[in-house]
Amino acid sequence: MDVTLSKVQIDIAKEARRFLYKECPTDYARDMYGDEQGFTDDIWVKMADIDWMRVRIPEPYGGMGMDQMDLTMVLEEMGRVVLPGPFFSTVLLASEAIMEAGSDLQKERYLPRIARGEIRGTLALHEPDGGADLSHIQMEARKDGDGSVLDGTKLSVPDAHVADFLVCAARTQAGNDSTQGISLFLVDLSAHGVSVSLLPTMDGTRKLCAVDFKGVQVGPEGVLGELNRGWGPLSRALQRAQVGLCAECVGGAQRAMEIATEYGKIRIQFDQPIGAFQAIKHRCAQMYVEVESSRSILYWAAWAQDYGDAKEAALAASVAKAHCSEAYTHIATGTIQVLGGTGFAWENDAHLYLKRAKANEQALGDPVYHRERVLQLLTGR
Amino acid sequence: MDFRFTPEEETFREEFVLWLNKNLPDDWDPSLYRNYDSQEEWGRAYSDFQRRLFDGGYTAMHYPREYGGQGKSLMEEIIVSQTLFSTCPELRYPGVVTHGMAVPTIFICGNEEQKREFLPKILDGTHIWCQGFSEPDAGSDMANVSTQAVRKNDHYIINGQKVWTSFAHLADYCILLVRTDPTVARHKGLSYFLLDMKLPGVEVRPMTQITGEAEFNELFFDDVRVPEEMRVGEEGQGWQIAITTLMFERVLGDAIMGAAYETNVQKMIEMASQTKRSGIPVIEDPIFRQQLAQAYIEVMVLKYHGLRSLSNQLKTKIPGPEGSIGKLLWSEPNQRITEAAIGMQGPNSQIMGGSPWTIQDGYWQYNFLRAKGNTIEAGSSEILRNIIGERVLGLPKDVSRAKRK
Repeated sequence: MDVTLSKVQIDIAKEARRFLYKECPTDYARDMYGDEQGFTDDIWVKMADIDWMRVRIPEPYGGMGMDQMDLTMVLEEMGRVVLPGPFFSTVLLASEAIMEAGSDLQKERYLPRIARGEIRGTLALHEPDGGADLSHIQMEARKDGDGSVLDGTKLSVPDAHVADFLVCAARTQAGNDSTQGISLFLVDLSAHGVSVSLLPTMDGTRKLCAVDFKGVQVGPEGVLGELNRGWGPLSRALQRAQVGLCAECVGGAQRAMEIATEYGKIRIQFDQPIGAFQAIKHRCAQMYVEVESSRSILYWAAWAQDYGDAKEAALAASVAKAHCSEAYTHIATGTIQVLGGTGFAWENDAHLYLKRAKANEQALGDPVYHRERVLQLLTGR
Repeated sequence: MDFRFTPEEETFREEFVLWLNKNLPDDWDPSLYRNYDSQEEWGRAYSDFQRRLFDGGYTAMHYPREYGGQGKSLMEEIIVSQTLFSTCPELRYPGVVTHGMAVPTIFICGNEEQKREFLPKILDGTHIWCQGFSEPDAGSDMANVSTQAVRKNDHYIINGQKVWTSFAHLADYCILLVRTDPTVARHKGLSYFLLDMKLPGVEVRPMTQITGEAEFNELFFDDVRVPEEMRVGEEGQGWQIAITTLMFERVLGDAIMGAAYETNVQKMIEMASQTKRSGIPVIEDPIFRQQLAQAYIEVMVLKYHGLRSLSNQLKTKIPGPEGSIGKLLWSEPNQRITEAAIGMQGPNSQIMGGSPWTIQDGYWQYNFLRAKGNTIEAGSSEILRNIIGERVLGLPKDVSRAKRK
């Protein structure tokens, strides 16, 4: 047993922090907050140049074939600066889904271009009546000759407005349980009948869209993986994305804790730094407890995606998603309280952390969903 | 990074589990939360079982052979401790202070004679130890200890009182913190002793605790003569040594509690499958399902955080800052978990052991109450958060404490 970071992983984290602090500190998140695109092309190109898009993509497809744990190092740092833009949707949603479900041909068509930063993708999963239940997929894909026709609406699709393609989960068969009869489709955003509208969201650092499908035709080559058996690979890709969100949560929570602690040392009230008061000190100490325990569970979950068995990988992802995302929300809320009026002001970064925390908590299965999943995995029912 | 045991560690674990299954006491029933009617029987059961572990080569795995250890690594010690606490915690609790505090203190801070005299007799089950730190006026403010040791030639004369002393009624020896110099700064006037509980003038008065049992005591010292060879370290080093002791108590506690609580969650899931509400098993109720899952999540957090702390410590040889939060990660969740378990039982939660309606032998009733001590013993949650806030995060001390010497 060795639960310590490798030299390579430590170096990845250092390099990521250096790059992000130089190129896109939280000022960048602020600049992009009200921007419709939500990121700048030059940063996207630079991230591709330092190989971030290709970390997890297998070598035959132009990637580096590294582990979830290696990518975790980068994502923690991205969370720390509340990085905006479509990295997460492209690399952790679209790319992982193709890696899990795609045929050789599909991988050949998409992965090398994702690796080079040439195309962006996302995942169309949530529906208006599904809430946080990830397998509540009612949108139907009707058979039409040797292809399919998609009709319906997907909500909370991250960065669809700047994506070239999306992976859409739709129902192709009624199943005994909701996870049966789901299929995945590769859809170009330019396809006839697809319309995207940007949603006005609480967290301006990660753009979410509504995507309407009106008689969208997808050929047989657009079916990602096996028809009716999409949930298996989708859920494995989702697990990696959930663990990815956990990494963002830990990085963001760490920085929010530091902001609170730094303020506790310099803000004088009643003739002493407020961090000397136990009401503040204990709140900061609890942040530390939650950050470090989240990091421990994150490492387990990241490791389990590559080295655990199927059950451990699924359990660890849900345990981590419930714990890390709640911890981040709790810490970011605490930071605002410690900073008082300063923390409530737009010009302070505290609100960026709270908004991303809440968005991450509700994305890809909320804590209630993941706790239910934990118990199902543990007890088999 | 690898969260699994190595093949060698896994083989060792399997061998130990086989050995343990053959060597558990015949009269010990795992389905009962308490197998022994009296404290004395409980203490004897601990000592007999400790002797078996010693004879089998399964105690103090990481200590040198000349002091009664096995000369192996800390990893093997953790494997043995975790297995014991997940299988038969009842047979270990009377030795928690002995192994968690007395052994590391004597091994790290004791001199050669003390190590050779005391360690083998602890490890073969002959002696149980208790810890005399807390006093009526020295709780969280441990440097306020006022029990006095006055030097007289080659002896010290000890007078004063200790309180909340767990297992003192079963103990043969006591690790004792006393004031040897009332004229210097508070934490510089303390010294550390190994006290024979049979010495004249030592009086033990059991105290009944919240569970109705008497596991802790008041200790009174009336002109107790202690030879100077029983002092650990130099005069005035008591505070430093006590801090070392507390640090070890936490490291051991964290690593084994994850294992013990994993068994607890399994027991809770069984309970929720058998206990009904509105005629259907509690485990089918969505609200209680959330609570069961949350219990599991908190135990996994403890487990994997414990593994990470341990791993860092094995690599760097010193407990890192992440080690300082382990106690908060078991004590507070244990309260939440036992509260949830009681909540699943409705009005039947009030029924203690001994009725045909008792659920799981009253395990949760006992543990719900016992867990209230978890956030107080071995450093209260408030003191731990002070330590994290000040030593890890670097926040300033509050004015009233900063002014004190």
